[in-house]
Amino acid sequence: MPDSLLVDLSRLQFALTAMYHFLFVPLTLGLSILIAMMETVYVMTRRKIWRDMTKFWGVLFGINFALGVATGITMEFQFGMNWAYYSHYVGDVFGAPLAIEGLMAFFLEATFVGLFFFGWDKLKPVTHLAVTWLMALGTNFSALWILIANGWMQNPVGAEFNPETMRMEVTDFVAVMLNPIAQAKFVHTVSAGYVTGAAFVLGVSAFYLLRGQYQALAKRSFAIASAFGLASALSVVVLGDESGYSLTDHQKMKLASIEGMWHTEDAPASFTAIGIPDMEARETHYAIEIPWVMGLIGTRSIDETIPGIFDLVDRAEGHIRNGLLAYDALEEIKAGADDRTTRARFDHAQGDLGYALLLKRYVDDPRTANDDQIRQAAWDTVPGVPSLFFSFRVMVLIGFFFILLFALAVWHTAKEADLPKWLLRAAVLAIPLPWIGVEVGWFVAEFGRQPWVIEGVLPTFLAASNLTITDIVITIAGFTLIYGVLAVIEVKLMLHAIRKGPDQIVNDPSSALPGFGTPSGTAEDASKPVPAE
Amino acid sequence: MIDLIFNYESLRLIWWVLLGVLLMGFAVTDGFDLGIGALLPFVAKTDIERRVAINTIGPVWEGNQVWFILGGGAIFAAWPALYALSFSGFYLAMFLVLMALILRPVAFKYRSKLESPTWRRNWDWALFVGGAVPALIFGVAVGNAMMGVPYHFTNDLRPIYEGTLFGLLNPAALFCGIVSLTMLVMHGAAWLTFKSAGAVAERARSYGSLAALLTSVLFALGGAFVYLGAFSGYELVSELPTDGPSNPLRKEVIVSTGAWLANYKATPILILAPALGIVLPLFVAFGFIKRWEGVTLISSKLAIISIISTVGLSMFPFILPSTTNPSHSLTVFDASSSQATLRNMLIATAIFLPIVLVYTAWVYKVLWGKVTEDQVKKSGSSAY
Repeated sequence: MPDSLLVDLSRLQFALTAMYHFLFVPLTLGLSILIAMMETVYVMTRRKIWRDMTKFWGVLFGINFALGVATGITMEFQFGMNWAYYSHYVGDVFGAPLAIEGLMAFFLEATFVGLFFFGWDKLKPVTHLAVTWLMALGTNFSALWILIANGWMQNPVGAEFNPETMRMEVTDFVAVMLNPIAQAKFVHTVSAGYVTGAAFVLGVSAFYLLRGQYQALAKRSFAIASAFGLASALSVVVLGDESGYSLTDHQKMKLASIEGMWHTEDAPASFTAIGIPDMEARETHYAIEIPWVMGLIGTRSIDETIPGIFDLVDRAEGHIRNGLLAYDALEEIKAGADDRTTRARFDHAQGDLGYALLLKRYVDDPRTANDDQIRQAAWDTVPGVPSLFFSFRVMVLIGFFFILLFALAVWHTAKEADLPKWLLRAAVLAIPLPWIGVEVGWFVAEFGRQPWVIEGVLPTFLAASNLTITDIVITIAGFTLIYGVLAVIEVKLMLHAIRKGPDQIVNDPSSALPGFGTPSGTAEDASKPVPAE
Repeated sequence: MIDLIFNYESLRLIWWVLLGVLLMGFAVTDGFDLGIGALLPFVAKTDIERRVAINTIGPVWEGNQVWFILGGGAIFAAWPALYALSFSGFYLAMFLVLMALILRPVAFKYRSKLESPTWRRNWDWALFVGGAVPALIFGVAVGNAMMGVPYHFTNDLRPIYEGTLFGLLNPAALFCGIVSLTMLVMHGAAWLTFKSAGAVAERARSYGSLAALLTSVLFALGGAFVYLGAFSGYELVSELPTDGPSNPLRKEVIVSTGAWLANYKATPILILAPALGIVLPLFVAFGFIKRWEGVTLISSKLAIISIISTVGLSMFPFILPSTTNPSHSLTVFDASSSQATLRNMLIATAIFLPIVLVYTAWVYKVLWGKVTEDQVKKSGSSAY
């Protein structure tokens, strides 16, 4: 078993690199769809302004995309580097969606992103539009397969343990693909990406409008971003609720922890709007509760109960004791007693094998654990309640805020009056919020899964590679350094491009920014139709 | 027919071939991107020359790099034990490759965004390192795979790697690294002569013919080392069922000098691969001199395919042998994923790989033609 400091450092490194990668992914998801929509309007109306918009936002998309790709490479290799036992234990199931992501999605987006930038003068407008949509489709497929892989970590369906190979093996790949958790996560996550893209376009456009610059381009961008943003923000919240509903069936402990719900309440349970969960005292202080809401969200009924943490810990203890039966049978099989009765004993309890492995934190051979250790291991299944409780509430607040902001933006755009200054200022100030929302959301999903790396199957502390502390300190330092430098450069280039503005970027042939074609006219006077090229 | 393909033994053999196809796909596409990175300071002296060199791969390097990422994903899915062991074992070497490969995409995208010469010079360095370092380390990794690396499995099949970074950088492996570097430099030069004109293409021609010559000589020398017994191979001395469970602890293997030649003795036709690996680079060098641009590029691709095939064919059925516990070595028949996963992945590959190849070919066709200084200057903004 790897050293606990090593496991903590491995987790730190994964969190750092995954959260950093996830700074770029949502914007890629949202902007790719937005620029594809802008280009669609261009191809349908042949108004040059829409092509300028596509190119201008395309440049910002490109700056962001480069870092998304670069930091994605780390993710693909990190499982093997830092989580070797994980890779052996679940590679048979988890590896396939990653590989299919490369084959079906990443190839698509990466091949067409080059043509998106370099193909303006080489392709007919309709063909270029097809290229743009294929690129956008690729980014979305990519998210689908990654979330199928991640969904399996939350809800490991369609697989069972094979004692011959000492790992999980797939039994039903269709079940892995159609995993309800994965599907709910996919729509929730891509919608959050769309909100990010829309909030970015909305905010930057509002910045131009406040300064009275590039009105034609900024107004249109503001309008399209507000409509797309409103639809996406509604979808994030509604489908986030769907995501919560699927937790009721599959990750009860995560749900109870998010709620700070220590004891099972009579149905329908109340929702704790605010309070201070206390891990030591195992209760939530100063809780302000809204009756019925939790029961309705969690079970879509008024008579089903949602189990609290104490009840779930009792259940976990039962799983551990059952898991020990599987562990015992497995050890006999490994020692050569591969007869039918031993197999039957193993098969009967194998679903709980992972729970027995939780005891490896306290004893080398789980079968020698005493009652206290079993009780302790059962309590280990409770993740850090306070941080989940608060992060979840931050995420939800941001979600509702964006519904409000985009709704106001749509309303004022539709009135065709001048957009009010306060709304524009709010849109500029809101630019960083989606990033906080998605990062906190990632934290709720993955920290809420602890102590498991695969829910109920493999504890995180067993999954790490047997590296040295020096190895991992070197790589953490290296990643921090290079990622830090790249973040500074990225922000600098983004601001540089935004300050330079669409006119210069779209029309200056000597400008060294990629992604646009022959110069003609300025964005301001280009809103009249141009003949097809 | 279906049974013939979907039985466990065939699936493992197919995935062994596909592992090779992925490595070759990576080497013949992203290989020229890496080679051009390594050549950049030598073939392009001025800013405009550098932009010409970079723009020959500007629109395609991103798609090419997916071969590498897909390679990682496919090894994870089809050969999980190999993925777990090699990525955690070659830890710091992998980290160096990652650093280089993270810098590279960013360098491509960001280099021409600002006019400052210092800015551009720094990114040129990033492109050079991002090309040369992975090209070298991939060869070092292959060299180590051929010689075996120190590791064992616990009886839970937890992989325990026993070596260090400096252990990987031994002279024999570095030798393989240099072969890989010259090979990819040859390939990058072939692409540059094909896609550019003028001073860049001329310099690429001279460096390319030198690199091609070196590739042939060094590859032949490596073969001679194996023949003379400087590299020892591994030999299976117990039964190994080809359709058994993937558990690498159930066989016996010994270290044996000359074992990497056994497959050629058993099936002489296979000698074609190493023979072409020596002859084709010579032909590439000749092609550079004769200015046959298309033929040179295609021969360079075939040379790479022959050299990579030689590694696989020499080692079969071994994939990654262990020096400290040879019996724990990973082979084609005990390191794969389950039959169901290999089958599912094969179906996915059969559907999507042809689609990928078709649209990749279409993109190359759209971008057909040479990149010149005039073009880069004129299109200014639509180029890197």
